[in-house]
Amino acid sequence: MNFDIKKIRSDFPILSHKVYDKPLVYFDNAATTQKPQCVIDIISEFYTKYNANIHRGVHFLSAKCTEANENARKIVQNFINANHSNEIIFTRGTTDSINLIASSFGEKFINKDDEIIISELEHHSNIVPWQLLCERKQAKIKVLPFNEKGELIVDELKNLISKKTKLITLNHVSNSLGTINPVKEIIEIAHSHNIPVMIDGAQAVQHQKVDLKELDCDFYVFSGHKIFAPTGTGVLYGKEKWLNQMPPYQGGGDMIDVVTFNKTTYNELPFKFEAGTPNYIGNIALGKALEYVSSVGINNIAKHEKELLEYGTKKLSQIDNLTIYGNAKNKTSVISFLLNGIHPYDTGMVLDKLGIAVRTGHHCTQPVMDHFNIPGTVRASFAFYNTIEEIDILYEGLLKVVKMFN
Amino acid sequence: MTIKERQEDIIEEFEIYDDWMDKYSYLIELSKDLPIINNEARKDENLINGCQSKVWLDAKFTDGKISFFGDSDAIITKGIIALLIRVLSNSTPQEIIDADLHFIDEIGLKENLSPTRSNGLLSMIKQMKLYAIAYKSKE
Repeated sequence: MNFDIKKIRSDFPILSHKVYDKPLVYFDNAATTQKPQCVIDIISEFYTKYNANIHRGVHFLSAKCTEANENARKIVQNFINANHSNEIIFTRGTTDSINLIASSFGEKFINKDDEIIISELEHHSNIVPWQLLCERKQAKIKVLPFNEKGELIVDELKNLISKKTKLITLNHVSNSLGTINPVKEIIEIAHSHNIPVMIDGAQAVQHQKVDLKELDCDFYVFSGHKIFAPTGTGVLYGKEKWLNQMPPYQGGGDMIDVVTFNKTTYNELPFKFEAGTPNYIGNIALGKALEYVSSVGINNIAKHEKELLEYGTKKLSQIDNLTIYGNAKNKTSVISFLLNGIHPYDTGMVLDKLGIAVRTGHHCTQPVMDHFNIPGTVRASFAFYNTIEEIDILYEGLLKVVKMFN
Repeated sequence: MTIKERQEDIIEEFEIYDDWMDKYSYLIELSKDLPIINNEARKDENLINGCQSKVWLDAKFTDGKISFFGDSDAIITKGIIALLIRVLSNSTPQEIIDADLHFIDEIGLKENLSPTRSNGLLSMIKQMKLYAIAYKSKE
């Protein structure tokens, strides 16, 4: 399929809206993405025509929603090329998925003095759940550092791995710098020591092909809302061999087999980890979003975003005293930067009034900011519906910022 | 001048700006007039840590009136602090406790005070009122 940017932009109704009477330039895609009409429509359609609680329902509507929910699970499975659909657990998002693993895997497999290796590039949501676990279990966290370009120093891994290492957890793509981490290499090293690996794919699945049969990681998690699906949806992929051994995370309806006051037995995968009424219409819409991404073509998306990144990096580098943080060789379409001497918050406030949405601050990665000894950055993160012309608007906006504050 | 009158002055000053860029330029100008907190007072106890920008605040109580001093690492925030200090400084504790800071809304800066904006300004107003309550109890 040809990549028709005009057609693609018309699929996202919000993109033609104005803010402060100026055309919206939405460069905050790493925080959340906009939704195509087909995703908005399917939510409306299901609430209008089919809504009924799923599983165990005897009636038409319940069967219809159950079927659509389970079909969405298969769409997710195919999208990330997982082995079985029962390895796909629906969650509320990446944070929820990581907390589930930290709680359940951690309960079963992490003991006193054990070690978990995380990377220095992590989002707080892939740091704090492990810290909480380590406090409970008196286990330790070790940190894999990154270099000045924002690339992980994989060679350090061999010094960090020990007989006590029980898990390595890191992101596929850094949310604040855009670095694409060499996860396949890290997974191979880990597996050669029989250590399982969890990959946080929140910033990866929307930008590039993710093939879990090829990666062979033990857990892979991502959020729906960062891949054009509704908020409150997410995915946890786990290898069956781990999920089967892990205790349930939350108790409630749907996750049980037989309940008596003496003992309860649990449902099979994936339902064991989906207590309570799931966000089935959200899940159905997530399936629709992934179908939409596939129809555009993930390789077309990657190609267009690479052009945006290259153009944006070149254009913004023309501004005197602008420093880009994160210059990894392999990067997604994220540019994190500072105008020297100008606080990121000031930059963001002015850009906002020009209709340009960027994110400012530490992006929930305070250790990354500490590494560079800065309070935060301005982050422009592009999606495949963004254009070269919009980057020019950002460039002009930044010139205005410089003029105002200097 | 009362707190109410000072607010009305500010609203009038901002009326001539209908463009956001001009409004921000004016705030940048105002940031230069801020009664800057002195170095000894620039310590962690006086730091209001917002997620986005840092704000420092100190207060002095003389002859029954409170004076405020502040600073921020972000300039627009600093401009807004200058406005807040202009409105509230040189007032009695009771006047500050009773103050309804409607000018922020009227000059279009309300979004800067939303609890999720985390630029320290909302905490700063709270802190100013707490100073007033503390000094009032000493009266």
